[in-house]
Amino acid sequence: MSNDSMAKSDNFRYGFLEKLRMGMSWEEYRRSLLTPFNIIAAIILSIGLPLIVLRFVKGLAYVTHASNEYPWGLFLGWGLFGGVPLSATGFVMATAYYIFGFKAYHPLVRLSVLTGLLGYFFAVIYLLIDLGRPWRIYFPMFIGYGTASVLFLVAWHVATYLTVQIVEFSPAILEWLKSRRVRRWALMITIGMTISGIILSTLHQSALGAMFLLAPGKLHPLWFSTYIPVMSLCSSVYAALCMIIVVSTLSARYLRNRADATFLGNLDRLTLGLGKGAVVGIYVYFALRMIAIAHDDNWALLGTPYGYWYLVEVLGFVLLPAIIMSSGVKTERAAFIRFGAFLGVIGVLLNRINVSIVAFNWNLPGHLHHIIPPWREVAIVAAVATLHILVFRWIVNRMPVIREDETYHELHS
Amino acid sequence: MEKNDSKPQEPGQTKPDFDEPGDSLNFTRRRFMGTMAAIGGAVLASKSTNADAKEFEGSKDRYGVLYDLSMCVGCRSCEKACNEENKLGAPSKPFDDPSVFEEQRRPMVNAYTVVNRYANPKDPSQPLFRKIQCNHCNEPACATACPVHAYTKNPEGPVTYDVSLCFGCRYCMTACPYYVPAYDYNSALEPRISKCTMCYHRVKEGKPTACSEICPTGALTFGKREDLIKLARERMMKNPGKYVEHIFGEHEAGGSSWLYISSVPFETYGFPTDIQKAPLLENTKGFLASVPLVFTIWPALFGMLYSATKHRDSSDEGSGDHGKQEDKK
Repeated sequence: MSNDSMAKSDNFRYGFLEKLRMGMSWEEYRRSLLTPFNIIAAIILSIGLPLIVLRFVKGLAYVTHASNEYPWGLFLGWGLFGGVPLSATGFVMATAYYIFGFKAYHPLVRLSVLTGLLGYFFAVIYLLIDLGRPWRIYFPMFIGYGTASVLFLVAWHVATYLTVQIVEFSPAILEWLKSRRVRRWALMITIGMTISGIILSTLHQSALGAMFLLAPGKLHPLWFSTYIPVMSLCSSVYAALCMIIVVSTLSARYLRNRADATFLGNLDRLTLGLGKGAVVGIYVYFALRMIAIAHDDNWALLGTPYGYWYLVEVLGFVLLPAIIMSSGVKTERAAFIRFGAFLGVIGVLLNRINVSIVAFNWNLPGHLHHIIPPWREVAIVAAVATLHILVFRWIVNRMPVIREDETYHELHS
Repeated sequence: MEKNDSKPQEPGQTKPDFDEPGDSLNFTRRRFMGTMAAIGGAVLASKSTNADAKEFEGSKDRYGVLYDLSMCVGCRSCEKACNEENKLGAPSKPFDDPSVFEEQRRPMVNAYTVVNRYANPKDPSQPLFRKIQCNHCNEPACATACPVHAYTKNPEGPVTYDVSLCFGCRYCMTACPYYVPAYDYNSALEPRISKCTMCYHRVKEGKPTACSEICPTGALTFGKREDLIKLARERMMKNPGKYVEHIFGEHEAGGSSWLYISSVPFETYGFPTDIQKAPLLENTKGFLASVPLVFTIWPALFGMLYSATKHRDSSDEGSGDHGKQEDKK
């Protein structure tokens, strides 16, 4: 009896290690790691990771501008304000698939949930690097209730939603580990989790914009608007659709051997559908941006230097991708949609960086000097972004994300 | 139904756990709204908070400082007194070194207040001086922004900060319209916000702030905020034409404990001129009020959509291959 169970656990241990190296021998696995991409990644990490350590030894002043006028920089502008809308993928696709019944998108659901989960996880990593005392990250939950704060809401919701997304992605992990029963439990609560995801995402995606409502004089009037919460939410929806197009395109190209025929064979057709959704979202967002300008009658500001920059953002990275994607939808050319989606993703990032960095404190003297981040800050961002890609690849290489686990095929609802 | 939120309902009544009816209102409202924000709950709350906001005027007896900029000579004795009172450590340049005026300074980790020099447009030989410190807003944006409740607007007027709660997100710095909170970026393990406390430990005992006590020219007058507003008006009436017809801080961002009068336009001293009249808290109130609505309505709405989808699927099942219809989107 005990011998039997020992053999079993030995087997499990052996099986688990084998899973980690994707069935290769150690020697093979080690050799497979030597690729140009990995070498570049290693170089970026070898610069960035020590800098993260130094940030916690010498303080934020060592890696950032450490300005009292500019409390936030690239860590939050890129990592949190930019990262979270691009990670709405999980909530958007789970809603489309489970609630609205777009069953054809099944091959993309897991990829979207994984993209969202990792996006939030790494947004929290950026936040932990930026927070003065990250070991107090749980304070808003258990110690001090700053309940009138929009950031209080963001803290609660990002924490809760991260948990929701782990549950949402857990079937893939459990299939990988061949844990049949727990997987069934996880599937049972899918609808509840999806609706929780919608509630939490509606609120914290808009809250990330609402945070700036407290700084009306500091944020340039072309970006500041009482509509900013709605604009943030709306842009996160199309950002998610564009992001799924980008991520699935890259996965189909660089992780092709991990994808099954269903994923690869349907991708072009599904991309057209996603593009259609993204086009609707991006035009709605463009209209909202125009309404915001009209509401405050800020048209005259378009003729100022900040106005030109605003036009670059709104025409070049909102309207242009919208036009490219709609022509892709019309002519049924997935390549157009992919290119438009790529521009759309950049546009959302640009908008969040504009709101939190470029157009923030626009009327302070020497402003343009301050918005250029120091190299150490950039190196840390590059390292975390690299780590993000590596973790994503590690998971897709092993778990059934862009393929179906044959054992579970019949169980999919 | 209305009884749910009995606490903020009666603005005039004194609550046992606070000294000041006005402030108890402020606190209750803050806490209440956010609890709603976090968990979601009674929908009616948004209505009652709005009604309260209109009636909130702050604690009547709170203190403040009237700063008559025309009387300031830039002696920096306030800086020195502040440094000693708050034990901020020796400054890099002594307090009688005029070279500090060569650049524009701001409150820093080791200086809750600084005096700057500005060119006088009327008489270039007589430079202007302005002391900068926290204005102690009636409804502070820093306190509204803080997700861990590290800031307190005390009934006596001072806005204080509790480092034991702070996790260093620096949203208070983003929110403060006056760029007051300073952060200790050089500290890796114990970074903190620094800002003027309006000598809360002294004010509590009925003593004036250290800076206003030391001021040799009478530029700083400590007193009840209400009296100070009257005093400011009195000075304007007695010296017709001397002052700009504006008390800075009476209404800016909902008003502050510190009040300013000046004989030259406030922008000469670098005062921000685009500060809104309403407390900044008002800007996020509508958003936070929508939070319980989303929590209440979304589950029903999306639950219904889910049922509709399922219903459609099951009625399609009879006609064969399901999934085909949806494929076309």
